[in-house]
Amino acid sequence: MDTLAFLQAYWWLLISVLGALLVFLLFVQGGQSMIRCGVDEQQRQLMVNSLGRKWEFTYTTLVVFGGAFFAAFPLFYSTSFGGAYWLWMLILLSFVLQAVSYEFRRKRGNIYGTGTYDAFLMLNGFVGCVLLGVAVSCFFIGGQFTVVKTNILDHAAPVISNWAPSHGLEAIANPFNMILGLAVFFLARTLACLYFINNIDDPELSTRMHRRTLMNGLVFALFFVAYVVIIMMADGYRMVDGKIEQVSNIYFHNLVDMWWFGVLFLIGVVMVLFAIFKTAFYRGWRCGIWWGGIGTVVVVICLFGIAGYNGTAYLPSQIDAASSLTIANSSSSLFTLKVMAWVSLVIPFVLAYIWYVWAKMNSTPLSEQELEKESHTY
Amino acid sequence: MNDLLHLVDWSRAQFALTAMYHWLFVPLTIGLSLIVAIMETIYYRTGDTAWKGITKFWMTLFGINFACGVATGLILEFEFGTNWSNYSWFVGDIFGAPLAIEGLFAFFMEATFVAVMFFGWNKVSRGFHLASTWLTVLGVTLSALWILVANAWMQSPVGMEFNPAEMRNVMTDFWAVALSPVAINKFFHTVFSAWTLAGVFVIGVSSWLLLKKRNEGAAVESVKVGSIVGLAGILLTLFTGHGSAVEVARVQPMKLAAMEGLYRGSVGQDLVGVGVLRPDGPVDEDGLAFSVDIPHGLSYLIYGKPDRFVPGIYDLIDGREITTDGDTVFTESYADKIAMGLKAQKALADYNAAAKANDEAAMATAAAEVKANFANFGYGYLPSPEAAIPPVGMSFYAFRIMVMAGGFLLLLFAVMTWWSFRRRQLLSNKIVCWIGMLSVVIVWVCSQAGWIVAEVGRQPWVIQNLMPTTAAISGIQSGSVELTFWIFAILFTCLLIAEISIMLRYISSASKKNIEQTV
Repeated sequence: MDTLAFLQAYWWLLISVLGALLVFLLFVQGGQSMIRCGVDEQQRQLMVNSLGRKWEFTYTTLVVFGGAFFAAFPLFYSTSFGGAYWLWMLILLSFVLQAVSYEFRRKRGNIYGTGTYDAFLMLNGFVGCVLLGVAVSCFFIGGQFTVVKTNILDHAAPVISNWAPSHGLEAIANPFNMILGLAVFFLARTLACLYFINNIDDPELSTRMHRRTLMNGLVFALFFVAYVVIIMMADGYRMVDGKIEQVSNIYFHNLVDMWWFGVLFLIGVVMVLFAIFKTAFYRGWRCGIWWGGIGTVVVVICLFGIAGYNGTAYLPSQIDAASSLTIANSSSSLFTLKVMAWVSLVIPFVLAYIWYVWAKMNSTPLSEQELEKESHTY
Repeated sequence: MNDLLHLVDWSRAQFALTAMYHWLFVPLTIGLSLIVAIMETIYYRTGDTAWKGITKFWMTLFGINFACGVATGLILEFEFGTNWSNYSWFVGDIFGAPLAIEGLFAFFMEATFVAVMFFGWNKVSRGFHLASTWLTVLGVTLSALWILVANAWMQSPVGMEFNPAEMRNVMTDFWAVALSPVAINKFFHTVFSAWTLAGVFVIGVSSWLLLKKRNEGAAVESVKVGSIVGLAGILLTLFTGHGSAVEVARVQPMKLAAMEGLYRGSVGQDLVGVGVLRPDGPVDEDGLAFSVDIPHGLSYLIYGKPDRFVPGIYDLIDGREITTDGDTVFTESYADKIAMGLKAQKALADYNAAAKANDEAAMATAAAEVKANFANFGYGYLPSPEAAIPPVGMSFYAFRIMVMAGGFLLLLFAVMTWWSFRRRQLLSNKIVCWIGMLSVVIVWVCSQAGWIVAEVGRQPWVIQNLMPTTAAISGIQSGSVELTFWIFAILFTCLLIAEISIMLRYISSASKKNIEQTV
């Protein structure tokens, strides 16, 4: 493997890790989707304030995920964001609403009322999860686009990446994409239940969340299994000797060829299931978020792995196979990947200070008494 | 072609809308974080709980504003992809890196330590809390650094070369990108202007407290910190502004000419102090209907010598210069540049044809031709030399508004600093209070005007000389962008109204209690 290929693989791994962390951190959105579902005002306050201390991590991870894609795989940034316009705009709009809702919802003078901001949070909780799932699903199902770089010399129509006129709405309407979207949504709700159990000191809420873990977990499992079956049977494209070729059951073959991903995938799935079932049946257990969270991260990394490695087109074009994006044909230059690889060495330090700070801040679960004493609440 | 221009206009409008709303919130975040950190440091060093109360008061306002800045910033980053997809490919190899670094270095730092700022008072030690506040300052400042490095690179593309095989630019020197003189000037100018803005904000809010005779002690102490930060900010903004102007003259002379409404330059060029442009364009190559000039001011300002030639818009189009010996010479005109740009584009097409035919000799010839003419690649997209003229009126008036407002703010801070330490009773004067409050509007207008100068003045370029906005676009229907423009316009306006309303209500209600005892 030459240096360029190594760095492309390295950056795909980093993108995978960021994507996986983003999916895990969607527990914030999952939690938001439940703030008006059968909880009283006091419990809602605890839920919102518990989530409100973490929302920026999801948000920041989304921004960094986008930035890393831009830096490492600019052709994806150009093709997907400029093409699936409505898909991304709807995602972004829902996150904009989220960003202000925590801070504004209970402030006097917020004009639109607490209910409106709570509705924004719930909207982001549903739309954010489902549509990010749809966006990730495009890595397997693909999109209707072409890439013709010489277009840039055409003054009348200079765009190099052209997408179907529906600009991402067709991706949302695709039932296969929607299955992953719903899987992500119910996974986020499941993780949120596990998070609340861990982070909030309220026995009644905890009991409710134990119950909901099982319900949401089972629905998630249903959608997730369906999606795994779909992609294992799906055809895809692979770059062979500089040319794109169609390969049957490509993701299944990738799991077999890269068996370590297969093993990790199974371990991740078992960890998530373990978290769901142990939480559902052992009421005193509060560690489900760690098992479920780590399992989620491992599973998503594996999904990204089989989508992008082994020469696979991680954004297959449904209308022009040759336009499909692989990590080789869409990456930045060797120089930029090298620079960014040096930059990436800061990641362990970033993770370390985040861990250190939150170990201090989260030493005890959030309680009603703490909220009463707190000067800054949501 | 009309569809394309329609799409470009709406895409530009959407980006401008997002950027201008973003820049309503961000300078306050940058500047107020510093002021809050200074206040908390005083509390930490003196142990005086009154300062803790004052810190918390301003920190709450910081938090209300912070959310809106975060919200608009998300859209801004992704709009490079959604609305400027060609741009994202053409220079993504260079431009993406600062954005990713911003995320890794700055955003996580902000997100982590801002939470400690708000929720950590009872959970961590005083020292840890103070460190977190300063790390938040560092985070927001680093965030500004990397996004301004990215912006500066668009104004002065350096540290890169064009790769004809990939039809894009690739980075060759990271430090040239990160430390370009334009980037350094832009970063400091912008951050210092944010200190200025926050200083005025603190003075404005404190003036209201003084006018209402509520929490006067806290108000005066706040004015002290705000005016010192603001005074330092405005002085440094003026200093770096000069540096920015010198850089503009070097890399974007057309922008400088537009800022001055200068159509035909001269040796010993005057600087327009106050002026009015002719509404129907220049007459006899003179764009100004009226002006009060500073003799030789522009030549001196830019080159440090009063007798140097400064080119005007027509000089640049004609390629006309006057040497230090007084000789008139003609270098590359814009017509020449357009020809060279077209030559580079033709050579690039030849390169692709040769690559398909596997003709290595023809590829090498075409690549050499591209390289020889690439500096003017973007001119090849322009229909005429006049298409390279930015909107003169907006550039001219925005520049004057910025400079005049800056002059007023310098005076304001000088007076406020003196009075807050030596003549504090004057701060309670009704007229002074009203001036303090109205200055809040002036500083925001000044700040927005600065960005209008920077961004409108560089039109039609999205990357100076290399890519005009018409070539940088995404392949979407203009109606889609029009719709999202209005969605954002309504949404951001609603959020701005809510933010202002919440801030006013908070200031009003907090002022009725003793801020210094709210610990």
